[in-house]
Amino acid sequence: MFRYIVKRFLWLLLVLVVVLLITFILMHLVPGGPWDREKALAPKVVAALNKRYGLDKPLWEQFVKYMWGILHGDLGTSYSYADRNVTSILLQGLPKTATLGILAFVFAQAIGIPFGMAAALKQNTAVDYASVLFSTIFASIPGFVLGILLMILLSVVLHWLPTSGWGSPQQIIMPVICLAALPAAQSARITRASTLDVMRQDYVRTARSKGLQENVVRVRHIFRNSLIPVVTVAGPELANLVTGSFIIENLFAIPGVGRLFVQGIGARDYSLIMGGVLFYAFTIAILNLAVDLLYAAIDPRIRYD
Amino acid sequence: MAVASQSIAVPVRAHHTLWGDAIVRLRRNKLAMAGLAFIILLSVVAILAPLLTPYGFADQNYNDILQGPSWKHLLGTDQLGRDTFARLIYGARTSLSVGIFTQFIVLCIGLPLGAIAGYAGGRTDNFIMRFVDVMYAFPDLLLVILLSSVFYGTKFGGSIYMLFLAIGLVAWVNISRLVRGQILSLKTRDFVSAARAMGGMGRYITWRHLLPNALGPVIVSVTFNIPRAIFTEAALSYIGIGVKPPTPSWGAMIQDGFNLIFAKPYMLLFPAIALALLMLSFTFLGDGLRDALDPKLRR
Repeated sequence: MFRYIVKRFLWLLLVLVVVLLITFILMHLVPGGPWDREKALAPKVVAALNKRYGLDKPLWEQFVKYMWGILHGDLGTSYSYADRNVTSILLQGLPKTATLGILAFVFAQAIGIPFGMAAALKQNTAVDYASVLFSTIFASIPGFVLGILLMILLSVVLHWLPTSGWGSPQQIIMPVICLAALPAAQSARITRASTLDVMRQDYVRTARSKGLQENVVRVRHIFRNSLIPVVTVAGPELANLVTGSFIIENLFAIPGVGRLFVQGIGARDYSLIMGGVLFYAFTIAILNLAVDLLYAAIDPRIRYD
Repeated sequence: MAVASQSIAVPVRAHHTLWGDAIVRLRRNKLAMAGLAFIILLSVVAILAPLLTPYGFADQNYNDILQGPSWKHLLGTDQLGRDTFARLIYGARTSLSVGIFTQFIVLCIGLPLGAIAGYAGGRTDNFIMRFVDVMYAFPDLLLVILLSSVFYGTKFGGSIYMLFLAIGLVAWVNISRLVRGQILSLKTRDFVSAARAMGGMGRYITWRHLLPNALGPVIVSVTFNIPRAIFTEAALSYIGIGVKPPTPSWGAMIQDGFNLIFAKPYMLLFPAIALALLMLSFTFLGDGLRDALDPKLRR
């Protein structure tokens, strides 16, 4: 197990370096530089700025210097926010993105798992059909489109909620629903399928035949075992929530990491973009690793060597 | 059943093939057929767009700015006096071609890479799959955004071809993993051993035996990938690094309507509904195809 974790962790580091390298190369292929303005700056000024930020050095040297900075927790200086450190900019956006992601994740599981379970226990009834239909619909309509429809209904027509912004609890409702729709639908689908599978297992029949109460069978034998596959998709789901948020953050004008990132691309703020990519890639990789380990912990049949 | 009842006069022995069975099963699936019908309808509308509306997608009419739906402008007009219905049906061209051509690129890259990795195995497999793993670790939408912003300033920046490339270059990863997995499991089957024993060469076996058998899951996966590509295009155009105006795109229409959400909510509503319906149609069709092609259900 320990060797497995170490191996996975080394692989993760390698992936992050490659991801950063690809981003670095792509960013420097992007036409135009961070000093492009409506009115062109004097060549002297550009040269001075390039010198100040080290952009006059060869590309490999810039990359090595950047990597060295990362090892010290320094993601470089932002080009678009005067004299601000990328680390501090991202840290400012992080609480918002994390709050949204975690709330949406909890909400999604709280809706998806019970619905999936109810659908399986009452297979081929109205409950089941409704659950399957809704999970198909919410699995296929992107959160971004759902957000627009919700905004028109709840803000424009009914005037119940503000369209956008960050700070009040009302402003958080729509973005959380939009982010949660897809994972809730996925969880409902997977829970339903796995519960149906578990219900047909021999140990469930054994539990019933030895006279256990139906509730005990359901909670102790069906429920616990049917959650195993749900955990495997939880990692990618959380990762999707974190990355999927940059469209949603833009839609609802939430100053999280995603919105900063998209603004950084518009402003050709190389260091902010690199920092954003690193943040997303790292979050996703860590979550996937955590889920794989959790998976082994709850399912004793799985052993990593 | 349906086939047999149509040919009462000439008794034909029912002939079952995987694809024949699949089509029969797909036809029975009402949701899948509804999805297919909507996709066909939208494709026809997109192709015949110039015949269906007197307005061009870029025609600006300053006498009719921000009009509500009327007989003159079925779905109203936008802030430049452009007809929303015209932009919607020309926008379907953008959406559908993004859906189709990205998948073409995806298949061109993903299919051969997956097949080679699966069939060759060993060092080749390792090399390809490590590359695929890195690509897989890269968040999809992030890479598409990076690629489009790289392409955006080039000669073909802001064109639809740029989007085909940016989305296609990212989305092939899943197909290559899928194909590799299929080939790995197929190549241990008896019929492949038999083909090899009879002297079949690697390329012949791959093309003749392995790929056709892996086709079912690939088709299903492509059906699910199309709406994702369409959504990606809309999202990119929404944040301003997709197609350049005046190219009509549902994402760009949403962006246009967004600033006027309180004054003219329908400007936002129509493209959002169109996008939602198209996504749903592909999902229903994909679900139907998956059920129809699943050999475990085969009688």
